[in-house]
Amino acid sequence: MSTPQIYIQADDLVEEHKPWWVTLWDLCKRQPLGAGGALVVIGMVLMAIFAEYISPYDPEVNAFEHMLEAPNADFWFGTDQFGRDILTRLIYGARTALFVGFTCAFVGAFGGLVLGVASAYFGGKFDLIVQRIMDVFMAFPLIILALAVVATLGTGVENVIIAITIPFIPQCARVVRSSALSIREIPYVDAARACGFSDARIILRHMTPNVMAPFLIMLSTFVGQAILLEASLSYLGLGVQEPTAAWGLMLQGGAEEYAESAPWVAIFPGVAISLAVFGFNLFGDALRDLLDPKLRNR
Amino acid sequence: MYKYIVKRLLLMIPTLFGAALLVFLLLRAIPGDVCEIRLAGTGLYADPAEIELCRENLGLNKPLILGLDTQFTDFVGGYLTFDLGDSMWTGRPITYEIGLRFKLSMQMAIMATVVAVAFAIPLGIISAVKQDTWIDYAVRTFSIAGIAIPSFWLGIMIILGLLIFTQAWFGEPWMPPIEYVSPFDDLGANLSQLIWPAVATGYRYSAVATRMTRSAMLEVLREDYVRTARAKGLMEKVIINQHALKNALLPVVTIIAIEFAFLIGGLVVTEQVFNLNGLGKLFVESVGAQDFALTQQLVMLVVLVFVFTNLAVDIFYAWLDPRIRYS
Amino acid sequence: MRRSSPKLTTAVLFGCALALGVAGQASAATPKRGGILNFVVGSKIPSYDLHKETTFGVIHPIAPFYSLLIRINPENPQSATDFVCDLCEGDVPKPTNGGKTFTFKIQKGVKFHNGTPLTAKDIKATYDRIIFPPEGVPSARKAFFKMVKSVEAPDDYTFVVNLSFPSGAFIPALATPFNIVYSKAILDKHGVGWYAKNIMGSGPFVFVEHQPGSFVSGKRYDNYHHKGQPYLDGYKAISAPKMAVRLNAIRGDRAAIEFRGFPPKARDDLVKALGDKITVQESDWNCNLLLVPNHQVKPFDDVRVRQALILAVDRWGGSKYLSKIAIVKTVGGVVFPNHPLAATKSELEKLHGYNPDINASRALAKKLLAEAGQSNLSFEFHNRGVDQPYKVVGTWLIDQWAKIGLKVTQRVQPSPQFYATLRKKKDFDVSMGFNCQSVINPIADVTKFLGSAGNNYGSYEDVELEQIYDKLLRSGDEAEQRVLMRQYEKRALHDQAHMGVTLWWYKINPHRSYVKGWKIAPSHYLNQQLDNVWLDK
Repeated sequence: MSTPQIYIQADDLVEEHKPWWVTLWDLCKRQPLGAGGALVVIGMVLMAIFAEYISPYDPEVNAFEHMLEAPNADFWFGTDQFGRDILTRLIYGARTALFVGFTCAFVGAFGGLVLGVASAYFGGKFDLIVQRIMDVFMAFPLIILALAVVATLGTGVENVIIAITIPFIPQCARVVRSSALSIREIPYVDAARACGFSDARIILRHMTPNVMAPFLIMLSTFVGQAILLEASLSYLGLGVQEPTAAWGLMLQGGAEEYAESAPWVAIFPGVAISLAVFGFNLFGDALRDLLDPKLRNR
Repeated sequence: MYKYIVKRLLLMIPTLFGAALLVFLLLRAIPGDVCEIRLAGTGLYADPAEIELCRENLGLNKPLILGLDTQFTDFVGGYLTFDLGDSMWTGRPITYEIGLRFKLSMQMAIMATVVAVAFAIPLGIISAVKQDTWIDYAVRTFSIAGIAIPSFWLGIMIILGLLIFTQAWFGEPWMPPIEYVSPFDDLGANLSQLIWPAVATGYRYSAVATRMTRSAMLEVLREDYVRTARAKGLMEKVIINQHALKNALLPVVTIIAIEFAFLIGGLVVTEQVFNLNGLGKLFVESVGAQDFALTQQLVMLVVLVFVFTNLAVDIFYAWLDPRIRYS
Repeated sequence: MRRSSPKLTTAVLFGCALALGVAGQASAATPKRGGILNFVVGSKIPSYDLHKETTFGVIHPIAPFYSLLIRINPENPQSATDFVCDLCEGDVPKPTNGGKTFTFKIQKGVKFHNGTPLTAKDIKATYDRIIFPPEGVPSARKAFFKMVKSVEAPDDYTFVVNLSFPSGAFIPALATPFNIVYSKAILDKHGVGWYAKNIMGSGPFVFVEHQPGSFVSGKRYDNYHHKGQPYLDGYKAISAPKMAVRLNAIRGDRAAIEFRGFPPKARDDLVKALGDKITVQESDWNCNLLLVPNHQVKPFDDVRVRQALILAVDRWGGSKYLSKIAIVKTVGGVVFPNHPLAATKSELEKLHGYNPDINASRALAKKLLAEAGQSNLSFEFHNRGVDQPYKVVGTWLIDQWAKIGLKVTQRVQPSPQFYATLRKKKDFDVSMGFNCQSVINPIADVTKFLGSAGNNYGSYEDVELEQIYDKLLRSGDEAEQRVLMRQYEKRALHDQAHMGVTLWWYKINPHRSYVKGWKIAPSHYLNQQLDNVWLDK
């Protein structure tokens, strides 16, 4: 009886090395929404970094002679009630938005990551106690937390960041923990333990890389959430204060009083916020679709 | 099964205690107190002796925590005697103050959830079945818009839109009623006030539920048993409705239940915009007035709702999936 | 959306011009009886006891249930001197005994809502509580009555007040809308705390219901002592904390009127949308915004720095623009603008910060700063977390200071913490301050600038200022009062620059045109009994 002969072409075995931009383009084609989101994010970051160079005017100087002008050749997005150029304030506002968004997201997500993984790894009493504390903060209404933080520490960017970051930590911790739990029992973690690696090393080098997927997704969602929360806190008067340029502040000032007589004062900051949140969410969605093996396409 | 339930109930206690401690300390960290706000709140001169007297009467001069007769025991002890105390601001019983607003908040929560589910389930299914087509993109864009647009802005636009359009079409501008009427007294007036914030809120919450439905459906549609059903030659519609949907709905129900818990007392901004006399508005007012007693009870109520909802969901899961019970 | 034709716009503007300012002749038509007045209120009700509370959130819903001894004339509330009797009979009496004794005749046949008769004894009990409260009982306006020695009710219909010294500040203080008359029988039987949680007065309306957080409602009192009034069947005061809601409520006819005031753009929106269905009443407001340097914090203990802060601010220019976006307008000194005791324009222009040539003022400011060695001063401006007009004026002030090279950031706090900082902690550099009073009573109102005043937060002592004030308080001659007032103003605002007056507030009340009879007063506390209001529907 002759064994079947299977012929394999040699070059099939060698993996094709595609240049990085082709890989990127492939990714974009697979996730067009996510690519759009990424574009928005990159655009915002560039705006924030180069604000001084691309803004036509100063964001804080009052110019009453130009108050509440509709969008025109001099002021592309019009002016607000103090005569300040809205486009300029939008650009500088990106800086505040991203500062708040990124700081809250990173601190919140990292805090959650550490707590979630440690909680999953150590288990037992530690896990129980940490979980209860997380539960308390998750159940606690964010507004009360924000009101209390602001009333105690005052308004201003740093305190807004503190108020917004606190609820992020338990949210992330929960997600990371359930992901980490599933890999805790995987044999190679056991093997690492058997090798005598310290707890810290196992947590950092073995478990954490494997929860990167949910972590990154939470991170990108948090940025959008933080920007929205800053807007809501500004509406309640608790956010960043004048004369700083911040989208939430601009929206609050414009929405109530000028919604009809000068709608551009509220529309553009509203669009900016929505676009930013959109961008980060789409980006995060695409990230999840890419990183989650079960959802990979046919 | 009972052991699981009992274990979870016992675990609730430290959470509740932690929340009580947290809100107690947090409120007292804020400078000032309700007496100062009452008597000197508008900047006019107030006699310090009067403020002291007010504090005495409200028990604000007692020691905080350490000891037997403290402010903390006043707070927590109330649960044992079923006496939640009086609001420090109005002097009325807290159960009365909360009860007034609870009906509205509950009705809002229910209506918003109905709207959310009505959006989320069909949209999520369509988006999953037609993954990566333009329908999928359109649905995802639509649902993310729900979370991206700041809620107060949406609310203001809705009211303004109503005023402007009714004036353009009917000559007289129309605005939803600004006082609450019970649905049993006047259903029309009640709905004409609450439908708008319900839609605004529901649209927002549908976003999360839509995405959850979509990803849950996607997972289920890749399962082997669905592949088998397809191989058997069953119609796609039958597969989705009879086989996939039931299993996909599990995480969706979880999300909806948890969002519902947030809706009680969480609608602070919406209530401001639509002038609803609900728990969110009470929250803001009582924190602003530093009415410790009322704020504490409100927070405990919200925490309780949240914790109980989580418990219900966990028990539901444990009942469905025996593996969880024994972990 | 209706396109506005030139004819319509002209008509609207003409109509507005007619309605503006003076409470002249709002309408000569005969009042119609009937109807429920719905209005919106933006503030909360802490308790019902007006002797204790200070917020308009209590006045608007609760004042209609009560009567006063004397009040400003509801037909002429813009006047600072036109006081009429509410519970007393005839005209407001002139003082006897060298200006130290006032004898009021009380109307006969007045009954409280519970049927008991109202006599001078009730009025005495009320004023005893306000001026001489028992130990442990709060009274927010005790300080206004420092000149009162005693109050008596020799018989049921005579009420006598004895002053320690004659004072022009007494009658206006008496007319304060917070001095509602309580029943002696109830005060005796239930103690002073009863009125905090219960309502029982002799006013034009009887209390019906209060749904906390929602509304207060009242119905007509048929035995009201001003015969024929009130015209309304009843009213409903609906709670609405957000300005946009109150505005839209009037637009959508869920409410007919709001008594505090709207910013200018809101008025414009309403007028544009509803044309002549909206009537606008406007007037100066007995409120101003002050900049208050903390004299205990360096370098604000240096008078030159304080003067520079005041000089940098362009009041005339600011008034022109800020009056379009905020509820401020008139440039004035320490006294309510256009009052006989107020400074004229030429007198004002002599003070720091009122020079029409702002460049000269700012040059002087920079020079003073250089002399004091503070040319690059940077500090934190403490402000209250309320948009109109605090935050708007705050943003403007910061920009004005930027123009003389100062770098200022803003620290905003919600109202309770704002007051706590001002009163207790005093950890601020420069703060926004304000002077808001009800009845226009300049001699009492300007006590704000005295270092010893309970509501002065600048933490300073100025003996000379106190001496000028003492003379002013005891002066009986109007010409002399005016001279002393100018001295007082110059020392407080110019020489010592203790505090700077920025702008006086401006009250704008757009309301549905079918509301008639209500005339705008220079304060949102005044003229709120609603007994002369009627609906033309």
